Amino acid sequence: MAKKLGLKERYALLTRGLDWETTYQPMDAVFPYDSYEGIKIKDWDGWADPFRLTMDAYWKYQSEKERKLYAILDAFQQNNGQLNISDARYLSAVKLWLQGITPLEYAAHRGFAHAGRAFRGAGARIACQMQSIDELRHAQTQLHAFSHYNKFFNGFHGFAHMRDRAWYLSIPKSFFEDAMTAGPFEFVTSISFAFEYVLTNLLFMPFVSGAAYNGDMATTTFGFSAQSDESRHMTLGLEVVKFMLQQHEDNVPIVQGWLDKWFWRGYRLLGLVGTMMDYMLPKKVMSWAEAWGIYWEENGTALFHDLGRYGIRLPKHHEVAAKEKQRLTHEMWTVLYQYGNALSLHTWVPDDEEIAWLSEKYGATFDTLYKPRLLFLRAAEQRGERYYNNRLPMVCQVCQIPIFYTEPDDPLTQCVRIVEAAATRHHCCSDGCADIFNHEPMKYVQALIPPQQIYRGEAGGARDIFEYAAWLHLERDVDTGEYRGSPDQKNWDAWQEAHKTKPANAA
Amino acid sequence: MADKVFISLQNNAEAQPIITAILADNPAAVLNESPGMVKIDCPSRLVIRRESVEAALGRDFDLQELHINLISLGGNIDEDDDEFVLYWRT
Repeated sequence: MAKKLGLKERYALLTRGLDWETTYQPMDAVFPYDSYEGIKIKDWDGWADPFRLTMDAYWKYQSEKERKLYAILDAFQQNNGQLNISDARYLSAVKLWLQGITPLEYAAHRGFAHAGRAFRGAGARIACQMQSIDELRHAQTQLHAFSHYNKFFNGFHGFAHMRDRAWYLSIPKSFFEDAMTAGPFEFVTSISFAFEYVLTNLLFMPFVSGAAYNGDMATTTFGFSAQSDESRHMTLGLEVVKFMLQQHEDNVPIVQGWLDKWFWRGYRLLGLVGTMMDYMLPKKVMSWAEAWGIYWEENGTALFHDLGRYGIRLPKHHEVAAKEKQRLTHEMWTVLYQYGNALSLHTWVPDDEEIAWLSEKYGATFDTLYKPRLLFLRAAEQRGERYYNNRLPMVCQVCQIPIFYTEPDDPLTQCVRIVEAAATRHHCCSDGCADIFNHEPMKYVQALIPPQQIYRGEAGGARDIFEYAAWLHLERDVDTGEYRGSPDQKNWDAWQEAHKTKPANAA
Repeated sequence: MADKVFISLQNNAEAQPIITAILADNPAAVLNESPGMVKIDCPSRLVIRRESVEAALGRDFDLQELHINLISLGGNIDEDDDEFVLYWRT
């Protein structure tokens, strides 16, 4: 019997020589998208997946992951796992994940299917194919895991309807649509490298570990299961970047421009994840500032040092992210809190214990700037005047986040940048977003900005925030608004009480 | 200070022999535990040896089985049938 082939030989057989040069049509006509971005490729065989995963191994290990995951989801559902979470407030983070992140997984599935078709190299095509299938799996497993919570809590029902309608969901949506409307090399750089390698560790490691700490077995399990796929995607991302940089020196400035852009877009998007960690997890694992220190300042910059040999430097404006890390989540939480009448999740002022934790983690910045504001909001709520801003915010033309962040060197001054193109003026939240706009103005002038569209009557003719929320299929003070006094809180308290006083199977 | 590579695994029974093997084969590696997961950091380079995992596990082990309990990693990868290496080139 012939000796079993080694890993490197098996991968080579899969990715070398199985494809062919087209003869009825020229290759450039069959693959029109992999050259127009200006990326020059001399030899597609320079591409190798370091994991060297072959199709048989891919199916074998993916099916094993699925079996493990669904066994745990079954156990979670059969055993009323929803009662074991730390507090029902925790579910605001899960709702935001379902509404904001799960549709991105599906968009990634579509995007990689498209990118895979666009590359003429077989190794790249196979890597994209596997990633496309992975991303579909992530969307499905997340929906299956979250569907259990939908039976017991409000705010989960309308994620698909809201995706194209909710003002705050245009933040993640616009991120992906920006990537998907770019060429295939930029798409893979944006998602696999900038987003997955540089940034999603912050979502899938400290946040999912936080889910474990808060007793959410369902999210922990799909989260880590998904991230094991992400580690392949990250490797693909690093590989595609090294591949482009090694193929031609003309590729270096193009790739650097993409790294600058997508670092900033990803960082802006992660402000939501940081806020989930600092404010929505009742039991906290690690602060946003600490996670940023470990996963970006330590692990992320190591990656850029490695790429320094090709002439790649750290992404532009990374120093702004460092300046903002002490305030990012506090500013974002205040925004979510005040626009709570148009969110399908609950917001609240943190309790004393949580405020003490924020003080410990963020020190003087928090104590002088943000704690007084939280206490002010709490006092208003206690007087029966819970604060809502019943308008819609002006949002950034690029990242679509409300323009509320502050100047990098002055946390008391709002940061606004005005850009112009095609005889129109637009607003950006930062120099990072203004740079992105100015690099491709004719792309970003086309962005549909939700508050503008809503005020134009494009949201079913809604005349105020309550009619708008109804158009999103949200029930006021049930799906939206303050946590304290909500049906979610009342149900949760009643279930906890029942759990304490009766045997589990009592009538 | 050398940049650190890292590998993160689910903190479950299946992953324990892998964690044991990594810590034995990489004296500079540091184990950091969080709820549900471990993160192992190591300066410059970290190796996972199939033979060491097999010794800790007491059965044959295919290095690609790592995928089942892998959460994340940082570093360039060089993998063959016997070793899985993470490294930075700085």
